[in-house]
Amino acid sequence: MTMMTGAEIVIRCLQEEKVEYVFGYPGGAVLHIYDALFKQDQIKHVLVRHEQAAVHAADGLARSSHKVGVALVTSGPGATNAVTGIATAYMDSIPLVVISGQVPNEYIGQDAFQECDTVGITRPCVKHNFLVNDVHKLAVTIKKAFYIANSGRPGPVVIDIPKDVTAAKCKFEYPETIQLRSYNPVVKGHLGQIKKAVHLLLEAKRPMIYTGGGVILSNGSEQLTRLTRRLGFPITNTLMGLGAYPATDQQFLGMPGMHGTVEANLAMQHCDVLLAIGARFDDRVIGNPENFSSIPRKIIHVDIDPSSISKRVKVDLPIVGNVPDVLEEMLRLLDAANAGPDGEALAAWWTQIAGWRAKECMKYRMKKSVIMPQYVMEKLYEVTGGKAIVTSDVGQHQMWAAQYYKFDEPRRWINSGGLGTMGVGLPYAMGAALQHPEMQIVCVTGEGSIQMCIQELSTAKQFRLPIKIINLNNRYLGMVRQWQEMFYGSRYSESYMDSLPDFVKLAEAYGHVGIRVERPEDVESALRKAFVDHKDDLVFMDFITDQKANVFPMVAAGKGLADMILTEDL
Amino acid sequence: MRHIISILLENEAGALSRVAGLFSARAYNIETLTVAPTEDVSLSRLTIVTSGTDAVVEQITKQLNKLIDVIKVVDLSEAAHIERELMLIKVRATGKDREELKRLADIFRGHILDVTESTYVIELTASGAKLDSFIQAIDAGLILETVRTGVCGIGRGERILKV
Repeated sequence: MTMMTGAEIVIRCLQEEKVEYVFGYPGGAVLHIYDALFKQDQIKHVLVRHEQAAVHAADGLARSSHKVGVALVTSGPGATNAVTGIATAYMDSIPLVVISGQVPNEYIGQDAFQECDTVGITRPCVKHNFLVNDVHKLAVTIKKAFYIANSGRPGPVVIDIPKDVTAAKCKFEYPETIQLRSYNPVVKGHLGQIKKAVHLLLEAKRPMIYTGGGVILSNGSEQLTRLTRRLGFPITNTLMGLGAYPATDQQFLGMPGMHGTVEANLAMQHCDVLLAIGARFDDRVIGNPENFSSIPRKIIHVDIDPSSISKRVKVDLPIVGNVPDVLEEMLRLLDAANAGPDGEALAAWWTQIAGWRAKECMKYRMKKSVIMPQYVMEKLYEVTGGKAIVTSDVGQHQMWAAQYYKFDEPRRWINSGGLGTMGVGLPYAMGAALQHPEMQIVCVTGEGSIQMCIQELSTAKQFRLPIKIINLNNRYLGMVRQWQEMFYGSRYSESYMDSLPDFVKLAEAYGHVGIRVERPEDVESALRKAFVDHKDDLVFMDFITDQKANVFPMVAAGKGLADMILTEDL
Repeated sequence: MRHIISILLENEAGALSRVAGLFSARAYNIETLTVAPTEDVSLSRLTIVTSGTDAVVEQITKQLNKLIDVIKVVDLSEAAHIERELMLIKVRATGKDREELKRLADIFRGHILDVTESTYVIELTASGAKLDSFIQAIDAGLILETVRTGVCGIGRGERILKV
């Protein structure tokens, strides 16, 4: 066996893990690793312009593909810049391995140049982290990191490597598999519980299926679709779960929650049996848990993480397991029972839902002279044929994209739902574009969010990523403005975006194509121009939109799901 | 409700801060915390006394189990168990208080470990509640210093926490 340096071992391990792209930024503590990277051509390195974007881009790649995203940053500021990206991935359970350089072992604790306690700083926002102080432990630690990141409930894992470890040599041996006595995620659900669940579902008079990001992460979409169709029940997907069930299907009630549809929210509230799958009863989804629990209903909760169960809402029937495995078992039991749900009750329930649907809560009023942001989303859906991967930043535009772009497949909708990180959109699109060169990649953003990672226009140029940026430019931090209008007497404290750059010129300065659209009648032709004429270019589309448009329906924070505010001027 | 939670965890650098960090991050309460390696040096045994509703304690055990370094978690107070805590207490012992303190230490089965002209150091091992009553039995003005280890506990009979 040949001797290898720690740096060579890092690269070799990444090759063993079939890593194609590493997003990163060099610096003192990772110079040995960058040197090892230089001497090979299997792994492609994507040089970002800020470490935060490296982690977001790796995260975007992971979200669009079910692979582990990998980022590489230096010690100190490299690692602290990465923290927002790591926390973002942690909140949405995204599998990442983030490798950070550290000052040499003998300097640790000496307040050395570019030293920080990376393991300490990242501890609360990682699934696990490691400080590797000995080159002999390096390969096995990397193996553990990939295993932990991508099994059970996925999450980011940080590996902090002191510089001397990357220079030290040892024999390379990569374990085929790994066993951890303290970590054994459950896969199969408890059969007795699943039987009870099936029984409860068949007895239900007003059933409802509610699914979250867990279905996407576990690739359980196919099983979910079969089960939902087989039962004929209404279904809703949360912001993180959009695309798990085809949004264009009749059984789909739209998204639930703070900006969910009337039909999804009222069905959540008034059902008698709720099947929750890979979802966590988040405050933005069910509102006030006390209000949610005020109407009696039986709740079945399928989740791989026991701590998600009965955390915010008491659950009647917990099933801990991997979503596709549990759903497959449910389908098998349904087949074996050869029974269907109560057809009469279900028909009455659908009639009730049709009444809620008739409110057409997603309607908005078009204006003659100014572009409505919702209209841009509808046209975007049409022009891309609903087939694009859409990333978003955080704010009003995110909600409009989620409401008006109908996702029929999983891993097409990429956004920061948990942490709500502004600035993720462009780096997410970069990760997705590298992973899916054959697909249309769209980044829906606002003039506030895009400026939080605008420097990545440079990375996108370097790697020729033909992302289409849809900037819904209303000259306001729209969601902040909306809350100020509704809850703070229209005192728009610091929510106005003044001194904006000329985004068209800015895009051109980076070598991209910029298009400004100011009139409603130009929206569609501009989109076609971007997606057809400039198919292979990054196009920055600056849509000057209505400044006063708000996101509706809305359930105010702390309220119950039935307490929805609908569009005021309809 | 007061709960005694016993944890077996990997004896790794930083493992303790993962547990302590979890409690502070999720606003769980820690009354006492003790930790030391077991007979198997690769393992540490950690005992935490906490309080909370049943739902909170259920979350605490689930969240602890989620930590990669945690191997096993048990709520000792769910069934028959023994709890002990050690206290060293330094008291002002002069005049007639000397005799009284000695008598009190005997009643609580304590030992006097250090004697000077004006002070005693008394060692007491008992349940947390008993240590509290010892402190209450002494005139507060006589207490110079108290040091407590925090609770450690073990299940009775065949209730065993092992890998």
